[in-house]
Amino acid sequence: MKPAGMSELVWAAVLVFVAAFLPWMVNGYWLSIGVTAMMYIALSTSWVMFSGPTHYISLATGAFFGVGGYLVGAGMSDYQQSFWLMAVIAPIVGAILAALIGFATLRLSGVYFVIFTLGLAEMIRNVVSWVQNNFLGSRGLYVLTDFRDQHIYWMLLAVAAVVYLLGWFISRSRIGFALRIIGGDETVARHVGINTATAKVILFTTTGFFAALVGAIIAPRWSYIEPNQVFSPQLSFLVVIMALLGGAGRLWGPLVGVIPFTILWEWVAIQFPNQSTLFLGLCFLLIVYALPHGMVGRIEELRARMRRGA
Amino acid sequence: MRQSGAILSVKGVTKRFGGLVAVSNMSFDVAEHEMVGVIGPNGSGKTTMMNMISGAFKPSEGRISMKGRVISDLPAQRIAREGVGRTFQLVRLLPGLSVLENVKAGAVFGHRKRWGREADDFAHDMLDRVGLDAMSHAPVSSLTYIDQKRVELARTLAGEPEILLLDEWLAGLNPTELETGVELIHALRDEGRTVVMVEHVMDAIRSLCDRCVVMSSGAKIAEGSPDEVLSNREVIRAYLGDDDA
Repeated sequence: MKPAGMSELVWAAVLVFVAAFLPWMVNGYWLSIGVTAMMYIALSTSWVMFSGPTHYISLATGAFFGVGGYLVGAGMSDYQQSFWLMAVIAPIVGAILAALIGFATLRLSGVYFVIFTLGLAEMIRNVVSWVQNNFLGSRGLYVLTDFRDQHIYWMLLAVAAVVYLLGWFISRSRIGFALRIIGGDETVARHVGINTATAKVILFTTTGFFAALVGAIIAPRWSYIEPNQVFSPQLSFLVVIMALLGGAGRLWGPLVGVIPFTILWEWVAIQFPNQSTLFLGLCFLLIVYALPHGMVGRIEELRARMRRGA
Repeated sequence: MRQSGAILSVKGVTKRFGGLVAVSNMSFDVAEHEMVGVIGPNGSGKTTMMNMISGAFKPSEGRISMKGRVISDLPAQRIAREGVGRTFQLVRLLPGLSVLENVKAGAVFGHRKRWGREADDFAHDMLDRVGLDAMSHAPVSSLTYIDQKRVELARTLAGEPEILLLDEWLAGLNPTELETGVELIHALRDEGRTVVMVEHVMDAIRSLCDRCVVMSSGAKIAEGSPDEVLSNREVIRAYLGDDDA
């Protein structure tokens, strides 16, 4: 094992340990920002596991997230199931859905893949809304638990830690290497013997699993759920923006992007509630033009320059 | 030799793209340790033939078998694992990966699989073979054209293919590079590798190939030793037109 990889893991462990104390250190407002940030850290890190090495930009995160939240709502509200049971079922359903989408999109790449995942997320949202409105009778669902912000925060922290650890193992495994080759040239990947379909579907399924799990865990925060709310397409874009801001080339990239962006986004949402989409677009442009490799890319550039200078 | 000793056998292979017949009813065998040249004018279907052997395309008709097993219905990655390795007409390297990682890509998933230290060592060995080990940590964008071709060859060799497909590996090299390139392929020949090569450099074909298959307009028009086929009237006509034949 290379020492660099180990030290990365030790740093991650220290960060998780420190982050666990947040609920005792800050008040309600900052804790709620902490919950939002932790949610995006888990989502962006799992997004980067697949989209980072392969360069397949997925805008379906919102769909898996929504399925997770919605299942918890439906299970608890309409079928009187426990939160825990639904939190187990939701990611499994998310994973199955992701596997199906993965197989359906195998032949798509580049912008076609992006548009397909976006369209699909919208379709799932509309189908769920339609089923809800026409067959299940009620328009909204109640998710009533004893959880408070800190409990949700800790659960999300645990998920984020697991996602990171899994990503760390994957990036050092054969399948991680295969994904980087797929991202470089899929024809070469096939001709060196990589089963590109399997590798892509496995990783896409993993991101679907975690997005649905995060959606399930965050559901109690809202108490009342409507399909249009949990299937927000904005979430898919936010996850991509935060990951790109941090840098999709490294597993810890999203971490660097999520924290400043979440704080900024909260501020924008309060100050300019009607212009938030405009702000989102501006951020996209700014990142693509100014930070093509994210903040991580900039940090590594600076580090390389300092080493040369020294 | 033709039937029993054949490691690769192409039988009645046709490839159509819509109405265009790129390869029509091609048949030839390759024996073990043999170097076979596939030659012919531009657009005669040579690369399409190679693409069908490597699994990039499926034949519309006919079949390709390796050691008696049909491989033409397998996907490219399975064919690679069966032991067919290839280089591409236009070099294909993985831009985000280092030279060493590019070569390792061949060792990790190929015919014989390696991982970790073993894969690194083997990739170094292959780079050494093509004379590039000193560059192993360079980014591929810093390489010259011949060095890129060497990396691609090293990647293919890293998969330890039983059949090596070289698609115009010598094309685009300057005279000095060409000399180095021919030497490299000669070394492969001396190892007793089975090679199918598409090539335009006639000197290289004469000195390297045991046998040549000549294609014109998608069909085989001649087969035999390089000297034989290069003096064949029909081959000359295909290359130079009726007046010179």
